[in-house]
Amino acid sequence: MSTSAEHVEGHMEHRDDVASRMGVWLFLFTELLLFGGMFLVFAVYKYIHYDEFHLAAKELNSSIGALNTIILLTSSLTIALSITALQQGKKMLSIYLQVLTIVFAFGFMINKYVEWSSKISHGIYPGSEELLAKTSGEILFFGLYYVMTGLHALHVIIGVILIAFMTYGTIKNTINSDKYVRLEAAGLYWHLVDVIWIFLFPLFYLIA
Amino acid sequence: MSNSTFNSATDVSYLEYQGKHKGLAGWLLSVDHKRIALLYLFSVLSFFLVGLTFGFLMRLELIAPGRTIMDPQTYNSFFTLHGIIMIFLFVVPGLPAIFGNFFLPLVLGAPDVAFPRLNLLSWYLYIIGGAVALISVFLPGGPVDTGWTFYVPYSVRTNTNVIPAMVGAFILGFSSIVTGLNFVVTIHRMRAKGMTFFRMPLFSWSLYATSWIQVLATPIIGITLIMVIFERVFKVGIFDPTLGGDPVLYQHLFWIYSHPAVYIMILPAMGVISEIIPVFSRKTIFGYKFIAFSSLGIAFFGSLVWAHHMFTSGMSTTASIIFSLLTFLVAIPSAVKVFNWVATLYKGSISLEPPMLYALAFIFLFSIGGFTGLIQGALSVDLHIHDTSFIVAHFHYVMFGGTGFGIFAGLHYWFPKMFGRKYNLKVATGAFWALFVGFNLLYFPMFIMGWLGMPRRYYDYLPEFTIYHQISTYGSWILVTAVLVMFGNFLSAIRKGEKTSEPNTWGGTTLEWETTTPPPLLNFKEAPVVTGEPYHYGDAAESAGKEAK
Amino acid sequence: MSDHHSPEEHSHHPSYGTYIVIWLALLGLTALTVAVAGISFGNLAVFVALIVATIKSYLVVTIFMHIKIESKVFTYFIFAALFFFVVSLILLFADYRYL
Repeated sequence: MSTSAEHVEGHMEHRDDVASRMGVWLFLFTELLLFGGMFLVFAVYKYIHYDEFHLAAKELNSSIGALNTIILLTSSLTIALSITALQQGKKMLSIYLQVLTIVFAFGFMINKYVEWSSKISHGIYPGSEELLAKTSGEILFFGLYYVMTGLHALHVIIGVILIAFMTYGTIKNTINSDKYVRLEAAGLYWHLVDVIWIFLFPLFYLIA
Repeated sequence: MSNSTFNSATDVSYLEYQGKHKGLAGWLLSVDHKRIALLYLFSVLSFFLVGLTFGFLMRLELIAPGRTIMDPQTYNSFFTLHGIIMIFLFVVPGLPAIFGNFFLPLVLGAPDVAFPRLNLLSWYLYIIGGAVALISVFLPGGPVDTGWTFYVPYSVRTNTNVIPAMVGAFILGFSSIVTGLNFVVTIHRMRAKGMTFFRMPLFSWSLYATSWIQVLATPIIGITLIMVIFERVFKVGIFDPTLGGDPVLYQHLFWIYSHPAVYIMILPAMGVISEIIPVFSRKTIFGYKFIAFSSLGIAFFGSLVWAHHMFTSGMSTTASIIFSLLTFLVAIPSAVKVFNWVATLYKGSISLEPPMLYALAFIFLFSIGGFTGLIQGALSVDLHIHDTSFIVAHFHYVMFGGTGFGIFAGLHYWFPKMFGRKYNLKVATGAFWALFVGFNLLYFPMFIMGWLGMPRRYYDYLPEFTIYHQISTYGSWILVTAVLVMFGNFLSAIRKGEKTSEPNTWGGTTLEWETTTPPPLLNFKEAPVVTGEPYHYGDAAESAGKEAK
Repeated sequence: MSDHHSPEEHSHHPSYGTYIVIWLALLGLTALTVAVAGISFGNLAVFVALIVATIKSYLVVTIFMHIKIESKVFTYFIFAALFFFVVSLILLFADYRYL
């Protein structure tokens, strides 16, 4: 993601933070609609296989889902705070908050790992005999469950990598109280990951 | 910006400019929008020639019933590859990536696009995506044979290389998104001083509408292809009916992107035509605001009509009726454009140079394509002609006769500005007429045989269709010859054409004609200031002034 | 044009306090949606859950993602994107609802 519009070999330093954020937002729309496509599939199948989806959702552990929601919301808070901190020139505070965000992200991933492995140990995974023996609504539910939460988890991992780069930049002072639009971009990305989860959580875990 | 110290960036043309990188690297690593546009120009047209070859061979196979030069499986792969290449590698990226890249900053009076490095990235994504898609031809398993639409369940079951083709299409989608994103931000943030939205040339309006579709619709096909890949690799149940999935849902998702994609293809071409018509009739464009808004209107309505590709899929009747109605509505903004172009021609001083010939041919061919589109939008008629060669003729009139001719129009119009060389006008005119005749010979018989019941994508046919297939194949020979002559004309112009540094080749009034030919690295010696409408020709300018109020 | 040429614009970000209040609200709404899921609302359950999720997203987008203090054009952009998605959803159900 290019965040500053520099011209060839720095011949013309053209800085426009609004343009950079606009670019990030447009990119976020593509992410939103990427998940949007899956939500469309989910909506249709939930409509067709209403009861089977409810039955299948009972298999999911809503406590783990709720815990992960809290973790992600809190990580959203820390990354937002880190930008304000940097803006006010509190570099160390900003770095701590960024690292804290990454820690939360790892917490989310560990939870996810526990959740998935318990499902897989129960024999519920795409193509397993146990799953194929179920009704088609349940097969579709778990297919979507793995694809959607899996792709979401992939976005969490990408977010961690992005934030790690920003933390490095903050330490190296290339991101500072005057030039922080890249940290803002990473923050926006991270909030989007959060927003997607805000919808994934009730649709998968709370419809039982 | 102060340019006085960087003379090389404003005094020397972008072709001669020597940056940090020299030679080939000066092109492959350049973030200059004009150089990237030329990278796109050569790669897009190369892929076009590959797609053309596949199409030519298919036509040759169909010259007589039964086997002529290839077996049915090869034929299936050929029409699939022809579709994938022509759609994803030629018409979708063609105009925005070549002429949008080159001329959007110029017509806006900007030094570059908003994100020059992303711009270069999009070209690399394009090349990688194209390579991945084409690699599938050489891998064991054989080239993909699903048709470019990858319909489920066949695409989940066939043993051919579906996955590389889908991954390629996904990467190409990414490239398209990056270009679209770049253009939206460029139009919002990089316009010259004084250039309000309603002082933008119509080409930028059409690119604006296009870019929004690219950003919003492309992710849907991206995720749809990914879900099919997951189905194939991990046996996840999503669309596969044996696992309870609904293949029609796949079609919905596919067309939610792919129908708006049709407008990604045609809108920029309409923009080019809107530039050329006023210049070669020496008249201010008629109905500027209507043309500008009709681009947005097409983008808007175009997003609501996708299921008219699915009237025979078993979709609900209610949905069919709604989509049929919405389909008719798209014709309104399209017709607004055609009427305004024709009204611009009225009492104009028309000069039939090659760009104008292509623009006029565009109007003619696009109108045929558009009207036959309405025929298929009518539910009862569509049941009869669905999946016949009627539809093949229809979309070739729109996509090739429209977008393809739009690309050629743009090429003839802007070539002198891009390369600082003149091409041979006589050869260009000759090639145009050959192309026009060849095109109609190739595709018009398809309307007739489609109406008579010739299915599309069929390898063999009944003897009564022979005459149409033969005419069509003869047409393809003329068409291919014309394309080769046209490209040869351009290549020889690049190598040894007469040099020109005349800024304004055709008497255009938009900003790209005010800078030197070819433009310098930073496009303008001084940042331009805009004080009026983009098209102003004599008396007509007054009426335009009135209309703008 | 309101969105035209204001480079190096530094928006005033909300204070720590605002962020924390919003965060508490988000946690509260999460608790609410989990609690409500326990009650059997029947068909309404999904509807309620989606309403709560929409409110939560609104808070994240306006405050955490600064849309409130960003140029208006960003808001229009979001509406365009949402519109595209919602219309696709509605038209899709024109098929499945009446099958």
